[in-house]
Amino acid sequence: MDGRAIRSALSMMDERGSGEGAGYVAYGAFPEFADYYAIHVFFDAIHETKAAVDQELSKWGTIVHEEEIPTFEQQNIRKIHTPWRYFFQPDARLMPRSTTPEDDIVMHLVMKVNTSIPGALVYASGKNIAIFKASGWPEEVADFYRIQDYKGYIWLGHNRYPTNTPGWWGGAHPFNLLHWSVVHNGEITSYGTNRRYIESYGYRCSMFTDTEVVAYLFDLLVRRHHLAPELAVRALAPPFWDEIDRMPGREAYLNRAIRLTYGPALMNGPFAIVVAKPDAIVGFTDRIKLRPLVTGTMGDRLYISSEEAAIRVMEPEVGDITMPRAGEPVIGRVYT
Amino acid sequence: MTIGSVPVKFRISVDHDQCMLCGRCVENCPYDVFRLENGKIHVNSRKCVACHRCIAMCPRDAINIRERPVDYRSHPVWTTEAREAIYNQSRTGKIILAGMGNAKPYPIIFDSLVLDACQVTNPSIDPLREPMELRTYLGKKPSRLETRQRDGDVEVLTSLSPNLQLETPIMVGHMSYGAISLNAQSSIARAVTETGTFMGTGEGGLHQSLYPYQDHMIVQVASGRFGVDINYLERGAAIEIKIGQGAKPGIGGHLPGEKVCEDVSCTRMIPVGSDAISPAPHHDIYSIEDLKQLVRSLKEATEWKKPVFVKIAAVHNSAAIAAGIARSAADAVVIDGFRGGTGAAPRVFRDHVGIPVEAAIASVDAKLRSQGIRNEVSLIASGGIRESADVAKVIALGADAVYIGTAALVAMGCRVCGTCYRGLCPWGIATQRPDLVARLDPEIASRNVANLIHAWTLELSELMGAAGINSIESLRGNRDRLRGYLLDESIMKVLDVKPVGA
Repeated sequence: MDGRAIRSALSMMDERGSGEGAGYVAYGAFPEFADYYAIHVFFDAIHETKAAVDQELSKWGTIVHEEEIPTFEQQNIRKIHTPWRYFFQPDARLMPRSTTPEDDIVMHLVMKVNTSIPGALVYASGKNIAIFKASGWPEEVADFYRIQDYKGYIWLGHNRYPTNTPGWWGGAHPFNLLHWSVVHNGEITSYGTNRRYIESYGYRCSMFTDTEVVAYLFDLLVRRHHLAPELAVRALAPPFWDEIDRMPGREAYLNRAIRLTYGPALMNGPFAIVVAKPDAIVGFTDRIKLRPLVTGTMGDRLYISSEEAAIRVMEPEVGDITMPRAGEPVIGRVYT
Repeated sequence: MTIGSVPVKFRISVDHDQCMLCGRCVENCPYDVFRLENGKIHVNSRKCVACHRCIAMCPRDAINIRERPVDYRSHPVWTTEAREAIYNQSRTGKIILAGMGNAKPYPIIFDSLVLDACQVTNPSIDPLREPMELRTYLGKKPSRLETRQRDGDVEVLTSLSPNLQLETPIMVGHMSYGAISLNAQSSIARAVTETGTFMGTGEGGLHQSLYPYQDHMIVQVASGRFGVDINYLERGAAIEIKIGQGAKPGIGGHLPGEKVCEDVSCTRMIPVGSDAISPAPHHDIYSIEDLKQLVRSLKEATEWKKPVFVKIAAVHNSAAIAAGIARSAADAVVIDGFRGGTGAAPRVFRDHVGIPVEAAIASVDAKLRSQGIRNEVSLIASGGIRESADVAKVIALGADAVYIGTAALVAMGCRVCGTCYRGLCPWGIATQRPDLVARLDPEIASRNVANLIHAWTLELSELMGAAGINSIESLRGNRDRLRGYLLDESIMKVLDVKPVGA
């Protein structure tokens, strides 16, 4: 699929935004560089800041290819950053004790650049994953990057109504770390707890917004702790104790174990979230569903949205529109 | 030259027009303030401790008590307390004993912290309509979960350690039989059983009559080892090693022989009338590795079925000490702040040694997080928790649960007169004199304590709901939901909270 469909879907939900932030992610966007980490950076004053990032990357591996991300002037988008992408090959030997050395090097680089090089923000770092975001309406951001020129097998899109950091490109969704991308509607009231928990595992929250912890939590739980994605969702939006008490023995034990082990990862407050990784997407809401979530399928495609209208504009004949229960994950797997 | 009398602390006056000569004040005052002579109530104000028993019992509101009717010339440095302590010590040459908690007017950090509530961008949650989870598990937790997929089923490979399950994060702390009466202990025992929480036995053994409530009791092993045998350890729901106490960090305890009656002697396993002296250190714990051994010994003795807590006083280096404890097999660390109460402590310790629980919890939580082990142990805060807002604030600073002590006693009638060490508590709480103990009816007192826990639990639910949080673990360590109001920058840094408006 190219980016046209998701652009039209988001245009149905302009009511939900304020024209101050929108973004898209496409999985499978760089077939010619599919094996390299596509590190996306917003530079403030590129001639001053880029050298430091180049140097940091070169310390940990090889820049295979790099380019300024092509953009096309839009009336309402002021180009305050220069978006840049590197295709990067980390040197696994530099992280000898890790079981996933390349991922760990890239994660380290992301945290390092974002916390220590002013004027440079890494906003994407996965393989074969393109992120397009800026401050503007979703249609403008789509045209700014011409997302119709990119093809992907998973697309996420987001329209922002910023309260925290209006106009800042880094604050637009999707948020990405390594292979994880997240779009989020809502506000996480447990952010203070979640952030402190994830930071004790070496992650650094640098985006001034609550959504980034979701990407880090998935990275910790699924990549590093090897939980299945549905169990990670269970940790983030677990059943209530009353429900667990009524479950049969083994199921109750599993759920109790998840809540005891990952209590600080539990996310509170209103949210609907879609998380993508290269072989799947997961959509879920908070435990009492304070934000809407609608799903539909058509053939081998799964659609997840805040509103049915957005799905219908992409797939007018969609048959099975459903509204998942609070906390219940909807999982779409990529089969090959 | 004699020092002479110092001014009376309290002046009692009786309104004789109101007084009906019922004699209840005479009967109720164990300090012999009142006497009925020649058809009139006479008073000896000098004996009064302001326990308010007479006020509570007078049917005509005929009694009035004024504090410090004659005071010293005011002076900002030479306070009344400073001068009186000197008169006292110049006469006796001894250490001054005092009851209750820290009585110095240090600023209270809790009162400079404010909580958050939701407006517009996220909805507050109504606990009357939506589930609100205050259930808390205390004990070791795995650092990560190992699972295996098997025939579509998920198998958990990690085994869970025994945890205490609390329906509310409010427990009642350790006050021993001896320090308080059996009626007081059994009132608390009934209350915690009813409200689904726990209480501590203190270092006084476990009286037989409390066996029915043993599943809600945490038995204490302190430096005197009073009352400790395998029967005691096996009966408790959990075991707590007491290293120190917030009211008197660094020193032991002393239950005077007068309080060691037949019954107390049995539960403590010491002779009747003998002083029960708990040494300052445990004489088998001279280092952190010794503590680790004791934790393991207690676990071995009880077949690893019970959580073991370790309680320390909040002192300057609490964070590092707690990190050491967390590395042992211990399940929870209790941090007792310098406002913690006590039956008796040297005044100089009570007022000058230790740090507030707010700062101690914040630094312990931060230290454990920086070492990646915070969620593996539980953290219990105690010492100066006065209301549900304090509970919410200390949990937001990083505690899992709290112990209350004085608040539970106040719920049973205690007026915080601070005279516990004399053993004459007119409310039947801090005394072993049978006629005084009989004044405390466990039927009523247990209801009062249960009501208090219930009321605070309701308030805590409301505070969480207003903050858009429906599970206590999302409040824990959530310092973003606190703001410091006129706190200085250095203390806000320790607490890791922002100032109001930021």
